[in-house]
Amino acid sequence: MSREHKKGMSLIVKTITRLTVGLILLYGIYIILHGHVSPGGGFAGGVIIALSFVHLMLAYGKETALRKVSRSAASFFESVGATLFLLIALLGFTGGYFFLNFLGKGEPFKLFSAGIIPLCNIAISLKVGAGLFAIFVALVVLNLDSEK
Amino acid sequence: MVELYILLIFMIVGAIIAIEVKDLLSSVVAVGAVGLGLSIVFLILKAPDVAITQLVVEILALIILIRATLKKDLPFSTSGRWMLNTFITVCFIGVFLFIANKCLKDLPEFGYPIMRVAGNYLKNGLSQTGATNFVSSVILDYRAFDTLGEATVLFTAVIGVLAIVRRVGRKKDSEKLEEEE
Repeated sequence: MSREHKKGMSLIVKTITRLTVGLILLYGIYIILHGHVSPGGGFAGGVIIALSFVHLMLAYGKETALRKVSRSAASFFESVGATLFLLIALLGFTGGYFFLNFLGKGEPFKLFSAGIIPLCNIAISLKVGAGLFAIFVALVVLNLDSEK
Repeated sequence: MVELYILLIFMIVGAIIAIEVKDLLSSVVAVGAVGLGLSIVFLILKAPDVAITQLVVEILALIILIRATLKKDLPFSTSGRWMLNTFITVCFIGVFLFIANKCLKDLPEFGYPIMRVAGNYLKNGLSQTGATNFVSSVILDYRAFDTLGEATVLFTAVIGVLAIVRRVGRKKDSEKLEEEE
């Protein structure tokens, strides 16, 4: 057993995590992209993406998860999501007012339809996923420090 | 409707257990049971969007709470002014029930909403926004300003948590250089 194996949970949990964490991430992306066609949306999909990284962190320990998404990267993505959402809202002024749906409506039940709604979903999911992951990282780091 | 009442009784029992049990971890598990019951209630009431959000947020909150309470055994303070606390609680519940009984009479009956604005959204939603999920078309098109406010609330909460629990303050470059020497 190398030193890496001692961190985190047991080998069974790690093997199952390796198989499932990609599927959870894909399901979150599916929920976000189909938010305007089927139930779901940016908030739920963002939380699912944050949960996939939380899953990784619980099974493999802090270092492995932070190598994928560091704390500063999480803060960066959260700010990008908030700015993107506000930018889409401001772009509505090109046609008249705040949050105008300025793109084409497209055909119903298609993936590329409904104008700005999918773009807003993506922006909100970036913001929610990165923000909740940053909160989790902050609380776990605080917890470990207080235990020492 | 029977399954709805069974789930409501289950949730009330779970909430009482969460308050009364002495062990913190058991209390957190009871709170999680209440949340999962609530997500099934949303599914029965035909609100899958809210059910999905409730489920995933509940699990994330549960993981954070379990991490926070796993190795700590916080002492419970149940001693002290037992009589006064019970008296105040009973008084508050009485006032709440009296006012709620007066207020809730004016609400429309459960399952029969007025649908004055919502009927308009349901009629024109598909042609005006092009989204087939009406919840999404309401929160991101008709009521997008509310969503912006909600996003701002979450943003402020994340900034607050990161600012409070950071380990060291950031230093200017000149201060760093002085320390290294």
